[in-house]
Amino acid sequence: MAAVKVLQILASGPLTTLQDLGRTGYGAFGVPPSGAVDAFSLRIGNLLVGNPDHTAGLEITLMGLRAKVLSEMVAAITGGDMQPLHNGRPLPMWEAVLLKPGDTLSFKVAKTGCRAYLALGGGFEAPKIMGSAATNLSTGFGGLGGRALKKGDLLASHSPHTHLACAGNRLHGAMVPAYADNWRLRVIWGPQEADFPQAAKTRFLKDTFTVTSESDRTGIRLKGPLLPAKEGLPTSIISEGVIPGAIQVPGSGQPIILLGETVTGGYRKIATVISADLPWLGQIRPDHGVKFEAVTLSEAQKALQKREGTLSRLREQIGSRPICTQGTTP
Amino acid sequence: MSLPHPNPRYRLMGDRSLLVELGNEIGPEINQHVRRLYLALETAPLEGLTDTMPGYRSLLVVFDPLKLTPTLVQAHVDGLLQEMDSASLPEPETHQVPVVYGDEYGPDLAWVADYHQTTPEAIIQRHTATHYRVYMIGFTPGFPYMGQLPQDLVTPRRDIPRTAVPPGSVAIAEEQTGIYPVQSPGGWQILGFTPLRLFDPARHPPALIHMGDRVRFHAIQKQELRQWQQ
Repeated sequence: MAAVKVLQILASGPLTTLQDLGRTGYGAFGVPPSGAVDAFSLRIGNLLVGNPDHTAGLEITLMGLRAKVLSEMVAAITGGDMQPLHNGRPLPMWEAVLLKPGDTLSFKVAKTGCRAYLALGGGFEAPKIMGSAATNLSTGFGGLGGRALKKGDLLASHSPHTHLACAGNRLHGAMVPAYADNWRLRVIWGPQEADFPQAAKTRFLKDTFTVTSESDRTGIRLKGPLLPAKEGLPTSIISEGVIPGAIQVPGSGQPIILLGETVTGGYRKIATVISADLPWLGQIRPDHGVKFEAVTLSEAQKALQKREGTLSRLREQIGSRPICTQGTTP
Repeated sequence: MSLPHPNPRYRLMGDRSLLVELGNEIGPEINQHVRRLYLALETAPLEGLTDTMPGYRSLLVVFDPLKLTPTLVQAHVDGLLQEMDSASLPEPETHQVPVVYGDEYGPDLAWVADYHQTTPEAIIQRHTATHYRVYMIGFTPGFPYMGQLPQDLVTPRRDIPRTAVPPGSVAIAEEQTGIYPVQSPGGWQILGFTPLRLFDPARHPPALIHMGDRVRFHAIQKQELRQWQQ
């Protein structure tokens, strides 16, 4: 089946990339996962338009994307609220909407959150590299030629027409995530919490950190109380593997929450964000406040099951509407 | 034949990865244990494991928390450590890596020679005289961390890191040597340039040099670059 042109980019905003759920299994070669920082929002969007979970969508950072629709298609916009407009009129989020050739889509500045996701029924065409179409910006591969979208780019899809009947699917209002300006992130201590004095661990939980403007897809940099390691310990540790959500504390004593663009690190991790709260990392932006709460492994597991429950309920609800076909994405 | 194995130390990194530490120093023996465990997990994967990252002295095992718990992963790893057998280890590959040393290809060679109060030729001789072990791949895709440098080549990092180190740069820092596969920031002292392509996303596997491999550098002239780049 030939690819169909679906979108022409009129303005890209500061950073818009193609992302899916990322590449796994290549850590031993130093290849990071990349992928949607808020994978939950992308997965909801994909469900709404009838795509498999791992289908690539657009990750729009903070603001500014404008695009012209070139083919009849359904799309769902999820994540941070950039007040999306459809031909100049407000477009409902968390809902699969029908778009016609000649329509325009535009995004203002994020009122809440940091990243919006545009999922397209049938998915965007992009080669799978190591099992994923995710854009790796620092090494320059994946997505659209390994780079961010720019004005004039044409995006294609293999099967937008087979998903049209998904229009109207929506996430129940009560299930739509509410984004704050002050975040509470649940963490599990470690792996190197024992290297920090009790006073630092207490401050880590008690105080509020502020997100700095140096934050990007590689990490969320925080400013707040200093978290020095115990006296006499060297600044760095022997390099080891890391995962997104690990909170490393370099010599400056100011923590960085790692995201999915690196696989190794040489600094101590005082704690690690639990899987259930990872999607929030995609919606935290500079000047937001962050507080940490330590939980147990079993609390983390329950929290994840609860979050996955939202997806299962949506899946059941959509599954009861067989017109929204599944699994036709190449 | 069973080899003695160290007592592992397990640490949680969140609810979906387990750090298996096999020692607490940088050295070939511990790193060999890490490689054995990494390869054992490759051949006996557990349903729900998603990734493994071998480090100098640890293996990070990443899993799907909806399918596995750290307890199950630990039990599996414990079992593998019991059974690990030297006979099952594939031979590490040895890579001969051509390097154009000095001038614009190795902008820090002269500084490193001054630091050691010797000539650039002596530095090249020291760098090419050793078989290096690849301890781990990390930092950027395909970047090999290799050691150990001979004592008379141990050199501190640059005071001010470069914002853009060109791909192919062969560099040293402290007791290690490495090769930058892609352009990235970096603070290591650049001695030379290799035309080998260390990372290619379209290749399988994407990295040329793997954890546990051996590397030997040899000096080439810049006139020879063309034949290597073909």
